[in-house]
Amino acid sequence: MQVLLFLAGGVFVGYLLRSRKNVLAVAERATTWSLYLLIFLLGISVGTNEAVVRALGRLGMQALVLSVGGIVGSVLVGCLVSRMFFDMRCHEK
Amino acid sequence: MKNSLIILTCLIAGILVGLLALVPRGVLELDPTLYALYALLFLVGVEIGANTRVWQVARRQRTKILLVPLAAVLGTFLGVGLCSMLVPGVGFRQSLAVGSGFGYYTLASVLIAEIGGKTLGVLALLSNIMREMATLLTAPLLARYFGRLAPIVSGGATSMDTTLPIITRSVGTDFAVISVVNGVVLTLLAPLLITAILR
Repeated sequence: MQVLLFLAGGVFVGYLLRSRKNVLAVAERATTWSLYLLIFLLGISVGTNEAVVRALGRLGMQALVLSVGGIVGSVLVGCLVSRMFFDMRCHEK
Repeated sequence: MKNSLIILTCLIAGILVGLLALVPRGVLELDPTLYALYALLFLVGVEIGANTRVWQVARRQRTKILLVPLAAVLGTFLGVGLCSMLVPGVGFRQSLAVGSGFGYYTLASVLIAEIGGKTLGVLALLSNIMREMATLLTAPLLARYFGRLAPIVSGGATSMDTTLPIITRSVGTDFAVISVVNGVVLTLLAPLLITAILR
């Protein structure tokens, strides 16, 4: 939950600076690059975790099936909800 | 799509760097991921704060917002429950518990290992990491083919932090508040559901 403090701090700063046009553009660029950095670091933590690397083969398939199931299920129900309650289409364009 | 490919490349590069132990352990113990996450969330916050349309969307939706995490829970249970029949050796209840992590793998794996045993804990870790990664990689596609809520419900508990940037990239910053609310609700529900299901 600590992470939410940083988010809230950013919202506050962004709100104060909202009249300056280039703030949004700079923040967007910086976000994209720190996203790449985060994913790279996430990869490192997977690669250095022996337990995860070793288990990848054995439990990997089971985990894959379950995660795909969870995602597909929630995406389909989410699609239903956006049609029924949010007046949005599931298919853009 | 271009974004997903760059992200996949970053991920694979990271895994290789980790496997080859190119980074000294001391650096990793400083937990750079956490600081990168903090920086990222601050920046996303700035985007949300500076974007006046965000608050209009949030105000218009109100309690309807809660339907989004509800859809994530129901959909996850439905999908994971059906898939448990395809996975030999993992029971229906165990599958529901693993699904109840909603991508929140640190908490889910520790909690599930504690109550349901180590093997199930590792399965929860892998499955929930995959959920986060799959969302990071497919968010733009999900948004295009299944609507703007799709990457949010797919991200599950992570839609408030790690997958929030890619979600706002895919569906627009005006959905950031919905994404954060979804993540917060699922983050709170995850430990409750896991203990309720396994006990």
